[in-house]
Amino acid sequence: MIRLSQVKKSFGDNHVLRGIDLEIARGESMVVIGGSGTGKSVVLKCILGLMTPEAGMIEVGGQDVSRVSRDAFLARFGMLFQASALFDSLPVWQNVAFRLLRGAQKRPKAEARAIALTKLRRVGLGPEVAERLPAELSGGMQKRVGLARAIAADPEIIFFDEPTTGLDPIMAGVINDLIREIVTEMGATAVTITHDMSSVRAIADRVAMLHHGKIRWAGPVSEIDQAGDPYLDQFINGRAEGPIETLR
Amino acid sequence: MIRALAWLGRLTLGLIAALGRMTLFVLEVFSHLFRPPWYPREFGNAVMSVGWQSLPVVGLTALFTGGALALQIYSGGARFSAEAVVPQIVAIGMVRELGPVLVGLMIAARVTSSIAAEIATMKVTEQIDALVTLSTHPMKYLTLPRVLAATLTVPVLVGIGDVIGIFGGYVVGVYRLGFNAAGYLQNTVDFLEALDILSSLAKGAVFGALAGLAGCYYGLNSARGAMGVGRATKSGVVAAAVLILAANFVLTEVFFSA
Repeated sequence: MIRLSQVKKSFGDNHVLRGIDLEIARGESMVVIGGSGTGKSVVLKCILGLMTPEAGMIEVGGQDVSRVSRDAFLARFGMLFQASALFDSLPVWQNVAFRLLRGAQKRPKAEARAIALTKLRRVGLGPEVAERLPAELSGGMQKRVGLARAIAADPEIIFFDEPTTGLDPIMAGVINDLIREIVTEMGATAVTITHDMSSVRAIADRVAMLHHGKIRWAGPVSEIDQAGDPYLDQFINGRAEGPIETLR
Repeated sequence: MIRALAWLGRLTLGLIAALGRMTLFVLEVFSHLFRPPWYPREFGNAVMSVGWQSLPVVGLTALFTGGALALQIYSGGARFSAEAVVPQIVAIGMVRELGPVLVGLMIAARVTSSIAAEIATMKVTEQIDALVTLSTHPMKYLTLPRVLAATLTVPVLVGIGDVIGIFGGYVVGVYRLGFNAAGYLQNTVDFLEALDILSSLAKGAVFGALAGLAGCYYGLNSARGAMGVGRATKSGVVAAAVLILAANFVLTEVFFSA
């Protein structure tokens, strides 16, 4: 479904991605883990075309993403951003229905609003929040609205960028469960970026660890504790001592 | 010596590169005028924000400037017994120069700063990336409506500012300096020519476009964090103000070089 072959991306002298190879099957929930600044978000942005890799190839559904029609390509995706990235000036329901109110997937306003309310209900929010502005919501509620927006147009592929960052452990658990349920019931392909191990265990079918610009380890989540890779072992157990250099 | 030359070379190359980036940006913005989809609701919101909501500040600026201009011309004219030219000079000064320039600078302060800060904040909070993932081109959704609204509404603001500025001069002239009310108005109308008004409105359109473009350009090219937003806002306002003053000189030369 999604294949990255030798993808490289640098920012000046900082070689963030040094040749990423990764395959994500249709309907699979892949979680990419790795320390801060290892380029996890850059991987997502390269797939979406928000950043252009210097080398390598990215294919989605067998098509080279650099050669496809952007609108048709992006219509297949939904994305939950790290800080939700809700549009401040629009009420909640218009944030959720953004894609349904304009462009190729435009629907009548009443229908778009009805879909937005349904998606809000799916993420545990009632119609009373529909007319509020994002700034009037708590961080957890904003995350839910971001999730509702990501699934509003029933995308085939959903990206989650640090979905639990900034949330308390209980709310993080709720968001993790919601993501897992929604991905399963929609049959969507999901890619999640996180360094929260509770998210990994709740969301992932497969896990890939990014380290020093390359995929260090990839495999089923059930094998993560017995992988025997010292880097992965240090990361998932949160140890300061180990092969991954840490600033102290 | 070599170091100084190298520094000069880097500076020149940097300036040329910046000019190139800005030119490409302007061309891209206006190319979207002819390529759907368009966002009329965003355009309407921008018209309200740039035009309607700028009216109070534009009106007050013009009113006080017109009044002060009348006082200055009266006291300055008194040195060579030319107090009677107050209506004519207020009219020509407001319509040809002060109206467009002051409105342009007020728009740079109020609108460019607002556009740059809003778009820069959207950039650092990933709202621009979110727009792209929602199949919406930021140039079409954010930039074109704002630039178009500024280009079309600032001439109207300039026209209104000209009228209010002349009214400010009229109030001071009639109630403070003792001019005959009907005579003041007659002199104003008789002295102004169509070219004066045309140049004023044309300057307004150019200044509006520059203010909108500067706000969008610096907003979209903002660096990360609060400092990035602050720097984008400051740079947008400074660039808009300098470009407006430079364009004013060029347009004055074009319209009025004898």
